[in-house]
Amino acid sequence: MHVALAQLVTGLSISAVLLLIALGLTFTFGQMRVINMAHGEFIMAGAYTAYMLQGPLGHQSLLVALPVAFVVAGAIGLVLERLLIRRLYGRPLDTLLVTWGVSLILQQVARDLFGAPNVEVRAPTWLDGGVDVGGITIGANRLFIMAIVVVSVTAIWFYLTRSPQGRRTRAVVENRQLAACSGISTTTVDQRTFFIGSGLAGVAGVGITLLGSVGPTLGSNYLIDAFLVVVVGGLGHLRGAVLAAIGLGLLRAYVEYWSHASIARVVVFLAIVAFLQARPQGLFVLKTRSLQ
Amino acid sequence: MSLLLRGPRAAPRRSRRWWLGFGLAMILLLVVAPLALSAFRLSLLSKYLCFAIVALGIDVAWGYGGMLTLGQGVFFGIGGYAMGMYLKLHEAGAGHLPDFMSWSGVEKLPLVWKPFRYAWVALPAAILLPVAVAVGLGYLIFRQRVRGAYFAILCQALAAAFAIWLVGEQGLTGGTNGLTNFHELFGFKLSDPANQRSLYFVVAGTLLGLFLLARALVQSRYGRLLVAVRDGEDRVRFLGYNPLVVKTLAFAFSAALAGLAGALFVPVVGIISPTLVDVVPSLELLIGVAVGGRGTLYGAIIGAVAVNWAKTGLSEHFASGWLYFQGALFVLVIVYAPGGLVGLWRKGRDAVLGRRTSRTDGTDRTGLAVPAVRPETAPARRVELTGAP
Repeated sequence: MHVALAQLVTGLSISAVLLLIALGLTFTFGQMRVINMAHGEFIMAGAYTAYMLQGPLGHQSLLVALPVAFVVAGAIGLVLERLLIRRLYGRPLDTLLVTWGVSLILQQVARDLFGAPNVEVRAPTWLDGGVDVGGITIGANRLFIMAIVVVSVTAIWFYLTRSPQGRRTRAVVENRQLAACSGISTTTVDQRTFFIGSGLAGVAGVGITLLGSVGPTLGSNYLIDAFLVVVVGGLGHLRGAVLAAIGLGLLRAYVEYWSHASIARVVVFLAIVAFLQARPQGLFVLKTRSLQ
Repeated sequence: MSLLLRGPRAAPRRSRRWWLGFGLAMILLLVVAPLALSAFRLSLLSKYLCFAIVALGIDVAWGYGGMLTLGQGVFFGIGGYAMGMYLKLHEAGAGHLPDFMSWSGVEKLPLVWKPFRYAWVALPAAILLPVAVAVGLGYLIFRQRVRGAYFAILCQALAAAFAIWLVGEQGLTGGTNGLTNFHELFGFKLSDPANQRSLYFVVAGTLLGLFLLARALVQSRYGRLLVAVRDGEDRVRFLGYNPLVVKTLAFAFSAALAGLAGALFVPVVGIISPTLVDVVPSLELLIGVAVGGRGTLYGAIIGAVAVNWAKTGLSEHFASGWLYFQGALFVLVIVYAPGGLVGLWRKGRDAVLGRRTSRTDGTDRTGLAVPAVRPETAPARRVELTGAP
């Protein structure tokens, strides 16, 4: 029972990180049909931002790092969108290859700037302990990550459903041409989505520094799993991403416990293929009359 | 079977020129290269040609079929491991375990390894196992009309899962180190330069043969159907064909080529390890095809050899340069030259000769122009206005 509970916490913290990363992906993918392989490097940028800030700011730097990482990663994302991705709208598979090239370059830049060995971000002292729940200890760092994610997802939900900008975003996701006809600047909406999505990856990067060390390939370790969340959740759906992230995180945590970590990835993959037999387009599907 | 009949024949003059080019390539690969290159460079070339075989398969699936196969490392790896297991068992001798197993405390030969003692099992398995995986996966994915980016992501996830599994199962697969330390193949010493030279001829001959096979495939009626599926899967379905069969076949063909290349790669290079089957090498296999020109088979081969040549050259001189170069290559080729080297050459030729690039040449199509990328671009239903009161 204890073990099951402990794995629940582990699983949920995996889910939390995956969700934060997948949110940006699901909207860039759902709204612009861009498969951004460089998304992992936004995570890395966020993590290195936390690393850079701890020098001058010391122990409390983590709280400052969250908004700064959001802006840094978002800005990199925006530059990428302006320079490259907008040339490739309508060619989703090509965006995948181009952004993968960008991700290689960014990884090498990080290696040249910060060195190839991993670096550590010291957690603030108030994240050292844990909280006892039902006989098991939940690490304060994991709770903190979950809190970041809950706050971010709530903020995104409010943004999408309550703000005029969010309404325009939803309109573009559902029907780009009709939205454009109604006077919505799809370019502006695309840029804003890209900024927010990339920024969230940066925030996820700050969270990840609490779980381990920071290296140039940090992001690529999480990226494929985050993409699987998008595939399972359905494109451009907040609810889908949340449910898929929780499902995949828990599945992985429990399978890892009952067998090896190496088997878990294979099992998760097979489970997803099986899931796609039932729901080929993911949990939530945007209903359209079109064929594809 | 009627699908495999030849399509309309090419004009005889074009065909004659093509055979001339093929003959020249044959002379270059089988006569000039072995004479001109040192033993070391020649064995590097064998390695590149192995990658070229994979590229050929990717080109059929991606360039002609529009399926972005990002997990070819898996099939390459299965072929390589099948060959490596045979070589390992052969070296250990009857009743003994391969060296790495005793290091990781395995006492009995795992059941999976047993059949690979025999070459007549291991060699066909290097091709048939990848085909089986590709058919199974392709069937399940394509059956539900999961396509495009979803397919690419799933392939990639498979490669990641496979590599992690290989690393995790230390006692079964040799873990991170993979299988290495091979000494002989069918009684021939692998360290002997003369044997490496013969191996080169085997690899080059295989590549040329497979090239002809792939060409016959894409020029057959099946090949035309494959291109049709790439450009408009639903229309093909409406015409009464089953895209599931067409796509699964192409995917399986590319997997077979990757498996065969993996099996050839092991005696040439002397190692198969998880770092050769992961996501990154799978993508590296792909960039060659993009650089050479997707949708042209010889372009894929030229591209694969050129990219790997550049990789060796750049890594020899400055290590970090390669990654910048590779990244830039992806960006520049896809954004500015979607037709690759072949596309640039054709454009240049046509500019010089002052003629219009033919639309069927494959230069001005992106190769992946899946129609109606955005769901809302589907034509609206026509509203009947005539006869209104």
